[in-house]
Amino acid sequence: MRYLLRKLAFYVVALWAALTLNFLVPRLMPGNPVDLMLSKLATKGPVTPTTRNAIEALLGTDTHSSLWNQYWTYLHHLVTGDLGTSIAYFPAPVSQVIGQTLPWTVGLIGLATVISFAIGILLGRAAGWRRGSWVDNLIPVTTMLQSVPYFWLALLLLFLLGSTWPVFPLSGGYDVYSVTPGWSLPFAQSVLYHGALPALTIVISSVGGWMLGMRNMMVSTMSEDFVVTAEAKGLTPRRIRSRYVARNAVLPSISGFAISLGFVVAGSIVTEAVFSYPGIGSALLLAVGNNDYALMQGVFLIITLAVLGANLLVDLLYGVIDPRTRARS
Amino acid sequence: MTATTEGAVAVAAPIRRRSLPPMTLKLAVGLGIAGLIILFGVLGPLLVGNPSTVRDVGLTGPGNGFLLGTTQSGQDVFAQLAYATRGSLIIGVVVGAITLLLSSFFGVVGAFIGGSTDEAFSLFTNIMLVIPGLPLVIVISSYVPNKSIWLVAAVLAITSWAGSARVLRGFTLSVRSRDYVLAARIGGEKRWRILLVEILPNLIPLLASQVVFAVIFAILGEAGLSFLGLGASGSFTWGTMLFYAQNGLALRLGAWWWFAPPGLAIALFGAALSLINFSIDEIINPKLRAQTRAERKEWSVKA
Repeated sequence: MRYLLRKLAFYVVALWAALTLNFLVPRLMPGNPVDLMLSKLATKGPVTPTTRNAIEALLGTDTHSSLWNQYWTYLHHLVTGDLGTSIAYFPAPVSQVIGQTLPWTVGLIGLATVISFAIGILLGRAAGWRRGSWVDNLIPVTTMLQSVPYFWLALLLLFLLGSTWPVFPLSGGYDVYSVTPGWSLPFAQSVLYHGALPALTIVISSVGGWMLGMRNMMVSTMSEDFVVTAEAKGLTPRRIRSRYVARNAVLPSISGFAISLGFVVAGSIVTEAVFSYPGIGSALLLAVGNNDYALMQGVFLIITLAVLGANLLVDLLYGVIDPRTRARS
Repeated sequence: MTATTEGAVAVAAPIRRRSLPPMTLKLAVGLGIAGLIILFGVLGPLLVGNPSTVRDVGLTGPGNGFLLGTTQSGQDVFAQLAYATRGSLIIGVVVGAITLLLSSFFGVVGAFIGGSTDEAFSLFTNIMLVIPGLPLVIVISSYVPNKSIWLVAAVLAITSWAGSARVLRGFTLSVRSRDYVLAARIGGEKRWRILLVEILPNLIPLLASQVVFAVIFAILGEAGLSFLGLGASGSFTWGTMLFYAQNGLALRLGAWWWFAPPGLAIALFGAALSLINFSIDEIINPKLRAQTRAERKEWSVKA
């Protein structure tokens, strides 16, 4: 219970830090985005004084009130779910844009990360168990793949499997001409077909990290005394491998999820740009291209919240699978 | 080798001998490739012409006086690659240095002082760790229209030191409670001396591997940022080359000599640094060292 409370307290503090960072970054930067935004808005539709106020409250160039008051207004807007109005998708509110793009990214990154994690752990287990075998010799290759920039790999795959041999579509999240979004089989097929190449990119470039980490932990765990004891007891190698060694070796990989997830999210933003995938990364880039500060901040906030949420889940799970964590705190 | 005997060896044996990894094939290949790329980045720009010179020989393949062909506007790809290598390496070195400073301050010093300082530093580190780096970098970069290469490096460093700090903190905590450190403390050694002379030498391999990671991360991060058009203005890096290649439709036009070299350079340099890191890992964790043939046979019997 104490472990749980400590963890929850940490995430509350982290959440507050993220919100405050999101509030402070625009205020510490030079330049005045409000005038820039208003001039862009004016070309697309009428600008009311309330719009100006909303933008000022969100971006903090509202010089009439103190920083403290601005902060409270900002928090109030967040609680009520008001993230401002997007310029790039004017007049859609930011929350609506995020609501439309988020499922695509969560689906793509979530699925790709789980697949990559599973493959990496299994390969790492095999490589660590039989050192010097062909699986173990794959390690330098996967490390090389990991050093390849996501977007370059994406470009290469797109060039080979999209243009040269047109196996996969070049861009988009589904076929906009032949299917309509909804809970139907053709739509699901189209989504899977369009998501295959982006997912493949993420899997190829992230599998090496999981594999190496798992392999090294397998090697370290295999020299522990309890493994020798298990062998002395005459347990089958298979049982020792999966029940005794792998179960202990996988723990750091799970707790290292935090660092890796941030990296995967970063990579997938760029990957989405290459594939024109209708996810939140594309929205962020569109926002950057159009000086859409409200959308940019909204997207940053949502990405941070998602990463925090995923970390919290992993932490809670970790407390369940590793009793030592609960005992220590 | 258990932790206590390792600590004892560190006291008895001269530090220098322990800090140098044994020359293995992995290390030799890694050092070789990284060395060649660094040499190319340092000397290359002196030997090639102006990378921005526009000629009327757009998109010609390798050969005809251009080692790696030309871009859409007839710029020499090889000359660009030389300058880009220098730019990316500068980013890597600067970020590596800042990361080293920040992560050892928050990781090592925090863990050494202990108590509420450690708690506060650790909390700060963990918060920085869970806040996703690249989105933050993108947001910050979009507010600053004209960025210098130094600003980009600083922003990348600020968002990437936390992972190293956490690793260093864990290791410092374990070294701090070893018997020889306690002995030094009881012997009345000054605190700064215990930190610098007794603890820091044990951290050198770990620090080295964290810096190598930071350099890879920085080069990849900068490449991503530049590819999105958010990099330092007027700079040449591997990322900006890919940005121009992508915008010049190098892929659709089949101009592989334009987009392949920068990507390959990043991959090769990253792989070389990883190979170096493997060797450093084997110092930190002797269990990872390659076994002799006899020992390996033993492993296969076990399996």
